[in-house]
Amino acid sequence: MTDVVIAGIGQTPVGEHWEISLRDLALDAIQAAHKDSGGLKPQALFVSNMLAPNLSNQAHLGALIADYAGLTGIEAITVEAAGASGGAALRQAYLAIASGMVDVALIVGVEKFTDKVGPSVDAALSTTSDSDFEAVQGMTPTAQASLLMKRYMHEYQVPADGFAGFALTAHANGANNPHAMFRKAIKPETYAKAEMVSEPLNMFDIAPNADGAAAVVLTRRDLLPKDFSHPPVKIAGSASAADTLALHDRKDILYFDAAQLSAGKAMKQAGIILDQVNFFEYHDMFSIYAALQLEAVGFAIKGKGWKLAADGGIGLKGRIPSATMGGLKARGFAGGASGVYQAVEAATQLRGQAGANQIAGAKYGLIQSMGGPASTVVSHVLQGLN
Amino acid sequence: MSTSSPTLLKPVKPVGIVGYGAYVPRYRLPAKEVARVWTGGKGGLPIKEKAVPGLDEDVITMSIEAARNAMKRAQIDPTELRAVWVGSESHPYAVKPTSTLVAEAIGAVPNTQAADWEFACKAGTEALVAAMGLVGSGMGHYAMAIGMDTAQGKPGDALEYTAGAGGGAYIVGPADESLAIINASYSYVTDTPDFWRREYQKYPEHGMRFTGEPAYFKHITEAATHLMEASGTTAKDYKWAIFHQPNTKFPQRVAGQLGFSAEQIAPGLLVHTIGNTYAGAAMIGLTATLDIAQPGDRILVVSFGSGAGSDAFDITVTDKVTARVGLATKTQEYIARRTEIDYATYVRYRGKLAMK
Repeated sequence: MTDVVIAGIGQTPVGEHWEISLRDLALDAIQAAHKDSGGLKPQALFVSNMLAPNLSNQAHLGALIADYAGLTGIEAITVEAAGASGGAALRQAYLAIASGMVDVALIVGVEKFTDKVGPSVDAALSTTSDSDFEAVQGMTPTAQASLLMKRYMHEYQVPADGFAGFALTAHANGANNPHAMFRKAIKPETYAKAEMVSEPLNMFDIAPNADGAAAVVLTRRDLLPKDFSHPPVKIAGSASAADTLALHDRKDILYFDAAQLSAGKAMKQAGIILDQVNFFEYHDMFSIYAALQLEAVGFAIKGKGWKLAADGGIGLKGRIPSATMGGLKARGFAGGASGVYQAVEAATQLRGQAGANQIAGAKYGLIQSMGGPASTVVSHVLQGLN
Repeated sequence: MSTSSPTLLKPVKPVGIVGYGAYVPRYRLPAKEVARVWTGGKGGLPIKEKAVPGLDEDVITMSIEAARNAMKRAQIDPTELRAVWVGSESHPYAVKPTSTLVAEAIGAVPNTQAADWEFACKAGTEALVAAMGLVGSGMGHYAMAIGMDTAQGKPGDALEYTAGAGGGAYIVGPADESLAIINASYSYVTDTPDFWRREYQKYPEHGMRFTGEPAYFKHITEAATHLMEASGTTAKDYKWAIFHQPNTKFPQRVAGQLGFSAEQIAPGLLVHTIGNTYAGAAMIGLTATLDIAQPGDRILVVSFGSGAGSDAFDITVTDKVTARVGLATKTQEYIARRTEIDYATYVRYRGKLAMK
């Protein structure tokens, strides 16, 4: 079986795009990826999106975006797994190519938060939890994460401001990502003085909701032209795992089982061990999630994920560079598009095109897309082929 | 220096401000009182306190007092006013103009134009632009334009901290009689639904973050930039600047973006102690600035009204200001006249208690 490779990548800047519609955001990213791939025409379109039916009164995005992008006639569907939609769509496209049934697949992740404002956005986000047993009690994803963080800080005696390292690293890296929403490094004092949103989560522990679209063109390596303009990036491992949806049904709420399962399978498929991972793009919707992902995947032992960030272990020069282009925190949380942004950024690293944020000699990147508190986790190992 | 531009609003005959007057009700509701009731005292406060009208006050009574102050400074015969126009978001009647009561109260009736103006927070400056036109075209010797509001904030909403009451009245007349000449005006308008109230709704609604960059900042910046470019000026050419003030941060930020210093906007920045006076905001920022201005001072005023639009004015103070400022109550004197009330009293005064 020939390698499944990323032939083209594209992204819009992440931000509050009041004047750009859902379909135009998607088209912008698609056109960029199409051009980057040298004009490869897809037979299948996989759209990843979390909340359009709710926020934009728009479901059926597969047909809408295929039509808007001039791709009527090809197959097109939406893949939804809350915050993991991007990773999940990437996986579906990977399976399509790996099966041999599709030659070229296009993935576009798109989210348009700014079609609504205020409490209706929180209500929409709450649909990603257990509606009957969590959301109905008034639990929002932010409140849920704050309960987790409070328990974690209690169990592991984490000092106040113990999680600052995640925001500091994200913003420092975001400063060199022209597509990121926040492009300025922040000082420790800024984190320390930040207003509480849902104690103990402060404003800098939470990724901001934002609009954006990212796209990837996947194909088989043998279909790339000989003079292909970029170093090919292979999807060396792909795996997904689901855990209980409701946090209260977990065996251990402080362990992201699905993150460990999916990352483990993906690395096994790629034939690598943890030490060979050169960088990690986690789903830092909340700083506590980043800590728990680092622990579940194995980069830190249980209860020490926060310390890895505090000690600089996740910085560009650290043991396991993470959020290398800003992560969700500085790039912005573009909902169901996040997992595709991760793939675009990882491919940029592996092509050696990450500029000031380049991880020297990067060969393997682990990207992990999450829905809820690891209720769905999709992990991919990307490999630079040089 | 540019001489003319088709989009600049310049009348045929030069016009200016012959008299002006402010009004602020005496009651003050501290922002920390609002926080005490709604957030248990937690969270940041956008201003210190806001002005609240008393039980027998409304836009009509407040406009009359401001109009009388303007008449004291102008020293004109009220029958020479050819228009009395009041801009507000809180006219007491939906149909029955505030303006006719004000015109009657100051003795301007019956040979006068009267009408109520509406465009959210720029209703007052709209009336001012129209007054420039009436006088500048020779249709009338004097015209009065008032911006006044008793804005209501929805209980528990972010805007409740700042929705205040107050405003200013201006008598526009020939430039050679004016204490400040209005060199030119410019209006920038788009269909931007950042803040609205449907008929029969008691409280307005707003688009939260949408009220920032795409609304307030965009329109003020465009209006100010256009006016200054067409007038051949930059921020340094002005002694003072007044921007619409829904809270303290917005005008400070837009001033900085346009190149104005904190000192330039200081005398006109009143929101911290009286709240956002909506259609009265830019108007009363200007009265406070005129109260301390010296002959020759150049002033930029830029209002913002949701929906959305901005009116910008380029004004030069004349030597007639010195003699006229002291003829009526100054803005800071109204601000210093202060009786603190608590949230319960405010709720009663503002008619928020369901009595049926």
